Amino acid sequence: MLRAKTMEWITQIRNGRSIYLVGVLGYIVVALLLMNGLSQPGLRDAVWYPLVSALAFAAFLGSLLVIYYAPLAGVVKAILGLAILLVLLPLLGIRNTFLLEVATQVGIFAAMALGLNIVVGFAGLLDLGYVAFYAVGAYLWAIFGSPQANIAFGTNRFPLEPEWFFVFLFLAVGVAALTGILLGLPVLRLRGDYLAIVTLAFGEVIRVIVNNLDKPINLTNGPQGIRPVQRPPLFFKPWLHALGIRLDDPTLYALYFYFLVLLVIAFAIWLTRRLENSWVGRAWTAIREDELAAQAMGIPLVRMKLAAFATGASFAGAMGMIFAAKQYFINPESFTFMESIGVLVMVIVGGMGSIPGAIVGAAVVTILNLQILKGLSLMLNKLRQAGVVIPIINFPLSQWPTQLEPAKYERLVFGILLILKMILRPQGLIPERRHRMELAEALGREEPAELERLPAEEELPPVISAPEIKPTRD
Amino acid sequence: MSYLLELKKITKRFGGLVAVNRVDFTLEPGRIVSIIGPNGAGKTTLFNLITGIYKPDEGEILFEGRSLVGLRPDQITARGISRTFQNIRLFGNMTVMENILVGMHTRFRANPVDILLQTSRFREEERELREEALRLIRFVGLRASPDELAKNLPYGEQRKVELARALAARPKLILLDEPTAGMNPQETAETTRLIRRLRDELGITVILIEHQMRVVMGISERVTVLDYGEKIAEGSPEEVRRNPRVIEAYLGRGVAIGAMA
Repeated sequence: MLRAKTMEWITQIRNGRSIYLVGVLGYIVVALLLMNGLSQPGLRDAVWYPLVSALAFAAFLGSLLVIYYAPLAGVVKAILGLAILLVLLPLLGIRNTFLLEVATQVGIFAAMALGLNIVVGFAGLLDLGYVAFYAVGAYLWAIFGSPQANIAFGTNRFPLEPEWFFVFLFLAVGVAALTGILLGLPVLRLRGDYLAIVTLAFGEVIRVIVNNLDKPINLTNGPQGIRPVQRPPLFFKPWLHALGIRLDDPTLYALYFYFLVLLVIAFAIWLTRRLENSWVGRAWTAIREDELAAQAMGIPLVRMKLAAFATGASFAGAMGMIFAAKQYFINPESFTFMESIGVLVMVIVGGMGSIPGAIVGAAVVTILNLQILKGLSLMLNKLRQAGVVIPIINFPLSQWPTQLEPAKYERLVFGILLILKMILRPQGLIPERRHRMELAEALGREEPAELERLPAEEELPPVISAPEIKPTRD
Repeated sequence: MSYLLELKKITKRFGGLVAVNRVDFTLEPGRIVSIIGPNGAGKTTLFNLITGIYKPDEGEILFEGRSLVGLRPDQITARGISRTFQNIRLFGNMTVMENILVGMHTRFRANPVDILLQTSRFREEERELREEALRLIRFVGLRASPDELAKNLPYGEQRKVELARALAARPKLILLDEPTAGMNPQETAETTRLIRRLRDELGITVILIEHQMRVVMGISERVTVLDYGEKIAEGSPEEVRRNPRVIEAYLGRGVAIGAMA
């Protein structure tokens, strides 16, 4: 009797997978409770608060990873994931807009990483000046969506109305793609290191141009930057009022940009996945693997490389524009070489050529830089003000030089992340399918069964059995 | 006068070295011919000239009566010439199936809009070409799974994948650069039979560069001998085998006469 019951339980757990669902839900609830507990007003002044809240938020976003890896049905995963992204996170964000700010920034970088992933991960073209396309998108809207264009063109037609934002979003995609092609045409004959150097220079050239184009015509306002940049229209505000939801404008904008970025990412993932599983994606991978052989297979190298450059650039263009509108103010400082390196680190840490990898890489790097390092800095400041002295060496924290603030450790973080990645997980956090197979092979075990397969492969007849040519001796 | 391929006084120099010197070569459709010659005779250079990897310094290359000179390698492939490489150049981190699908690159008709919207044109084409790839895998006698990464295959299997990939473009002419290099006698015999089937069953004209005389003598209808970039002999395998200049070229380089006999 008891034994039968136990057996029944075991099969249920094995087949129903309900245990996993319970586990995932449990994780989400715990993360939520943690976030909720941390948002109690009394805690904000605690010394450890910035760091712990940053870690809690990371753990909360980690629930998406837990869902991704949990052996659940695709529909369940999708529902849980969407519930977190579309409901829970915005709800948390309304109480603490900084979370939305971080999530939006993660999203912006994730979309950029997805774009760079096409260039570097798929086609194998090392682009060190990727931020240039981001700058192109940002300045396109910043100039026309602010009074800056009046100065440049001597009219008073500008800034354009907020409604133009959406027109310009498409325009930014187009202009960035065009810039990608213009850069690509002369340099794509170069290979490897040479290409990397030229793209690096291109990124700097764009930044320097933007920095100096305040004369003879003041187009970019030089190092002072452009302010204020027009924001997209809050066309839904009356609707929300009708529903009885009243939020102040900053919160509304934070939510707005969050959902806008989410939408663009969804589009980017959709586009990348479709391209990846077609002759376009295969041609890109073939070029990465062996250019000469790829060309001998009939792949027009220049055209396919330009396509990769343009597609990758268009993602950055769209995100640059959203960034400009979100920040309200842009200047050349936002488009330095370090930004290009940052996006590249996201792609590499996440796993080259992997779509989920690029997103996770972006999340890890952004949260580390924006939240954890900042949290450490805030903590240090509080300790400093409290006059804490490091024991044993008797070093008063108030003498800690400001140059050594954790918030300035961005480069160190990139370095450490890359080193850790190479030691612990050379294939990246979420490697591309083929790299996973490679690793499984190397470790002498089968590829994990739950890995998703391309649908097209499932439709095919399963195996090729007995070879038709019998081995003969002669 | 209906040649499939016609080389007229083709010359290629690398600095002071004349790699291919005023070579004439004609090929009727439906033949299997070999190019032999000692190491450094210019055989692979000749292949690279035909496939557009190098540009000839002088001379003309006609394929189906139209000039190939000045075309890029991918355009030449689209005209109907495929090749394999002397040292296998598979896309190592792609699966066998993906390698063959890349070989079909010139045949895909779905445009980016089809791909993004997954129109029936895209899905039909993808399905049909994948099925054809499976047939090609069977045709070349590959034992490995189509989902295996190319670089994980044993050498002989890799050669077969490369052949299947070259066939995937449905070429009219295929250039095989030492298809049996590094193979044991059994694999060599298998490959030889396969090459004959390319012509007999698929109607593809074949040029091969080969070192194993057993293969050359066994399947080629005509043999062209290169030495120091020049054509020194041409004819049936029998004629070439007896040609004193050929024997000298090989003997002078210390290649055992036993190989020729």
